[in-house]
Amino acid sequence: MTIQEIQEEIVDEFDMFEDWMQRYEYMIELGKSLPLIEEKYKTEDNIIKGCQSKVWVHAEMKDDKVVFTADSDAIITKGIIAILIRVFSGQHPTHIIDADTGFIDEIGLKEHLSPTRANGLVSMIKQIKMYAVAYQTQLN
Amino acid sequence: MQKEIDMFDVLKIREDFPILKREVNGKPLVYFDNAATSQTPQIVIDAIVDYYSNYNANIHRGVHTLSQEATDAYEIARKKIQEHFNAKHSHEIIMTSGTTHGINIVATGFTTLLSPGDEIIVSALEHHSNIVPWQMLCERTGAILKVIPMNEKGELVMNVYDQLLSEKTKLVFTNHISNALGTINPIEEIIEKAHKIGAAVLIDGAQSCPHIKPDVQSLDVDFYVASAHKLCGPTGVGLLYGKEEWLNKLPPYQGGGEMIDQVTFEKTTYAGLPHKFEAGTPNICGGIAFGVALDYMNSIGFDAIETYEKELLVYGTKKLEEIEGLKVYGTSKNKTSVISFNIGDIHPYDIGTIVDKLGIAVRTGHHCAQPIMDFYKIPGTIRASFSFYNTKEEIDALVEAVKKAKMMLS
Repeated sequence: MTIQEIQEEIVDEFDMFEDWMQRYEYMIELGKSLPLIEEKYKTEDNIIKGCQSKVWVHAEMKDDKVVFTADSDAIITKGIIAILIRVFSGQHPTHIIDADTGFIDEIGLKEHLSPTRANGLVSMIKQIKMYAVAYQTQLN
Repeated sequence: MQKEIDMFDVLKIREDFPILKREVNGKPLVYFDNAATSQTPQIVIDAIVDYYSNYNANIHRGVHTLSQEATDAYEIARKKIQEHFNAKHSHEIIMTSGTTHGINIVATGFTTLLSPGDEIIVSALEHHSNIVPWQMLCERTGAILKVIPMNEKGELVMNVYDQLLSEKTKLVFTNHISNALGTINPIEEIIEKAHKIGAAVLIDGAQSCPHIKPDVQSLDVDFYVASAHKLCGPTGVGLLYGKEEWLNKLPPYQGGGEMIDQVTFEKTTYAGLPHKFEAGTPNICGGIAFGVALDYMNSIGFDAIETYEKELLVYGTKKLEEIEGLKVYGTSKNKTSVISFNIGDIHPYDIGTIVDKLGIAVRTGHHCAQPIMDFYKIPGTIRASFSFYNTKEEIDALVEAVKKAKMMLS
């Protein structure tokens, strides 16, 4: 699936929920299914700055696609990063770089985009895109 | 005591605060982040509007009417602050942008007063703003930073303090009350012992001033700093109290207008106190509103505030501790209305996020006091801090919200 298609799928899933509680319960579930980073990659370098909870993201290249794994010590943060990984992992670097992230607004997580929120959603997206830029440079 | 509580009409007091009527996420706001910033009563908002509507002008220099009115109002505010803290002279009150600014004025000033090998003492319970400026001072001067440790209850270990004090000690600085745990530190003892060996003492009163009325003369403290925004005043204003003799010893912090006596390109002489430390146009409106906020707090009365908040603390602690797996950090008998807690190994950020959805504002994280979190080996806590305008019903709402969050996150 393309990034766009996955985003639409996620928006459809979140549309089913009637209130914030169901959305958050779903995110907590998603957090539990996050593709976990290997312990050896849980290094200081892989910690995303600007998060109140600890978030580690690791990226590697597999057949021209960037594959992400991650972890966090907070479960809601894990849910958020799980959504991002579902969207971006296994995609071509160019597509990751060009991707719009407006879907976050649509699934009712807009509040997490504010720079005052300490979960670092903005930093996570930035980090994911930076990995993509780095791999894109290698491909060129 | 019951009689006093009855006389304390919290519902009437809440009417003074327009923000308390708003909703958050469709729920009535429950504001329990008072240790970060207190809310603003209408009378203070009116003072801000009045200033900008009627006499906004620069102070201390214009001969025109507006400037004189603004100057008078600003200096009346300084006088109110002097009276509130019982400083001997109004020129011992330096208007600052807040507690951090006040600490930096003193920490920078001591650069000229310390020599390599001199020692300065900090407590383990400090906010980063009362650690970092002193570390920077140590880097500049070669002085050594010593730390009074804390115990499991979140209290300072005073016999270690006794051992740390020596003829090398030049300065001791601690907070009056810990922002992360609410512990009230024994500052009388800290000050007395420091003075015996000739060291100066700075007390960070950011967390104490909303709850108690410090008397700087009876404390005999050398420097006392605080912020207006924790005292129902606006952000961006605060005070540095310093004993006249100490303020005269310290060099100016910033150069600029207002702080000079004579300027030539060969030599500039500085203005006297308090202007020596007040370079540039200050937060005039903020200063005036700070004075009004102090009047407001005093009209309620600090004895009544203390009694009522103690009641909230006891009630909140009891109710929260009924939640299975909940652990309170900071269990000193001497503490203010701050409850810092975690539930099992649930991350505080997760709880904070859920309770916010239920309209409740608490603080989560390390509260700018990472050494305390390191001591307890936790990433942070959830901190509910109560003010005199909070109610037991709001505490009940917090307890329900925390239970709900726990259910969702377990």
